[in-house]
Amino acid sequence: MTEHTSGTAAPAATDAPTAALDATLFVPAPGAAPMWRMIAAQARMELRVMLRHGEQFLLTMVIPVLLLVGFSLVNVLDVGEGARVDALTPGVLALAVMSTSFTGLAIGTGFERRYGVLKRLGATPLSRFGLLAAKTLAVLAVQAIQITVLCAVALLLGWSPSPGPVGVLAVLGLVLLATAAFSSLALLMAGTLRAEATLAGANLVYVLMLGLGGVLFPTSSFPGPMEQAVSVLPITALSSGLRDVLAGGTLPGAGVFVVLAVWTAVAGFLASRLFRWE
Amino acid sequence: MVKHGAAAHVNSGPMDTPAVEVVDLVKRYGATTAVTGLTFTARRGAVTALLGPNGAGKTSTIEICEGFRHADGGRVRVLGLDPVSDATALKPRVGVMPQSGGVPTGARTAEWLRLMASFHASPIDPGVLLERLGLTAASQTPFRRLSGGQQQRLSLACAVVGRPELVFLDEPTAGLDPQARMAAWDLVSALREAGVAVILTTHYMEEAERLADHVVIIDRGAVVTEGSPAELTQGRRELRFSTDAPVDTRALEAALPTGSRVTATTVGGRHECAVATAEPDALGPEFLATVTAWCASSGVLAEDLRMRRRTLEDVFLETTGRELRHS
Repeated sequence: MTEHTSGTAAPAATDAPTAALDATLFVPAPGAAPMWRMIAAQARMELRVMLRHGEQFLLTMVIPVLLLVGFSLVNVLDVGEGARVDALTPGVLALAVMSTSFTGLAIGTGFERRYGVLKRLGATPLSRFGLLAAKTLAVLAVQAIQITVLCAVALLLGWSPSPGPVGVLAVLGLVLLATAAFSSLALLMAGTLRAEATLAGANLVYVLMLGLGGVLFPTSSFPGPMEQAVSVLPITALSSGLRDVLAGGTLPGAGVFVVLAVWTAVAGFLASRLFRWE
Repeated sequence: MVKHGAAAHVNSGPMDTPAVEVVDLVKRYGATTAVTGLTFTARRGAVTALLGPNGAGKTSTIEICEGFRHADGGRVRVLGLDPVSDATALKPRVGVMPQSGGVPTGARTAEWLRLMASFHASPIDPGVLLERLGLTAASQTPFRRLSGGQQQRLSLACAVVGRPELVFLDEPTAGLDPQARMAAWDLVSALREAGVAVILTTHYMEEAERLADHVVIIDRGAVVTEGSPAELTQGRRELRFSTDAPVDTRALEAALPTGSRVTATTVGGRHECAVATAEPDALGPEFLATVTAWCASSGVLAEDLRMRRRTLEDVFLETTGRELRHS
């Protein structure tokens, strides 16, 4: 009798919590997390996916570092006046900024759109603003890593920039404005073209900008009309602006800020109108 | 760990508002009309299955309810709200499982589910959910390396992790092996038990028959018939038997109440007779006695004699037609 009682009581006691857990696991308790928490979580996810992506790492870290080290040590390219590393570093920094905020962002977003990730995120409490904010934070975080690594490498190679406090502010302003321009162009491309076309196009633009945009040598070595033409490219504006401050020790003219602001306004407007989420 | 009190203070509106109300819904894509005046209501705390052949308009309907697409006509209310203009209010309350994809190929199983959980105020512990769906071993696997069944289960987990009041599951078990399908069915049953409204699309009759409180059969963009599985299959019985020799179907019909139909087919040298009545209710004990009496007087030995309910599959084929679709 006592055995029987304890025999039935034992499983009931152990089964109960499991059954209770299961019955209550799905009881509705809907509610959105605070906006900052959603943005922080999404930005961390974006950052992890970006850093984990092999080809993107090649584009954003390996190529800029190789260009900086290679052309600083080997005298095969006319980079302009002064110490080679002093002339090269501003352009390579500009390339690094573009590789993340344009090439990487365009390709990543293009495939997210293709695989229905943007559509799926649209069904979560994370708003479109929140998604854009998270992407921006992740891009800025990658750029911070890139700039830190490239500056460290350049300093090891004997780089001696002399920007004053105003110069540092100008560099910061240029990088942020260029990031806005490149990101708007990236989203315009990713939101309107097929993922494969974005992949090909973004890489092509990267190579063209690398050659034409004053990355490895100042555009002043181009013939006059061509120099004029490429001066309206966002990469040229960024690289020449950075070169003015970091190599020339002067503040950039208003022109480069205007070029970047116009690209941001035009691409941003078009992207907000034409972007398709699926 | 989980604050159950949280469920009580959520303002979910009057409980008599249906989970989903669709009235005269129309959706066009260019020249084709995918949904042509579709109407149905899904109750709260119940499982509603939209059952129909491919191209019937199930996904269009569900995506309009999810706010992904705009309706071209009609009225849609989800938890009493408009899926497009009230999207911000609805998103925390509604879980969504798309037919495929929705996860970046490089994201890992557990980190993606944790991300989805972090969008909600009191989510289910992602670890518990992964375990329940048999994904614990795949926690660190990138999405592109998961099997089709694992991808489906992760997608299902993402739909429920925020503890929603209502979930939309678009073909939740397509491509799952039998074990994974059972796990998904168990999950849907648990959701229902917990008071969550579930709207799912499927073309598996068995799934609708086992899970759904209410089945809406859709074909060519409109509702063909609807009801509980019991209502849909109710009274729709037929009597079947097989014989060694051919049966005189005319003579049998003459012996039965007017309107009865007898059809005979020959399979593998045996003759199969199907007897149906005009009125479903007429197929009762007396009718059975009439058939067996006729057999006795005609010297026919009826083997494998059975009366069976119509299955949902019979209803489905009857209402959507048997011909193969080319769409």
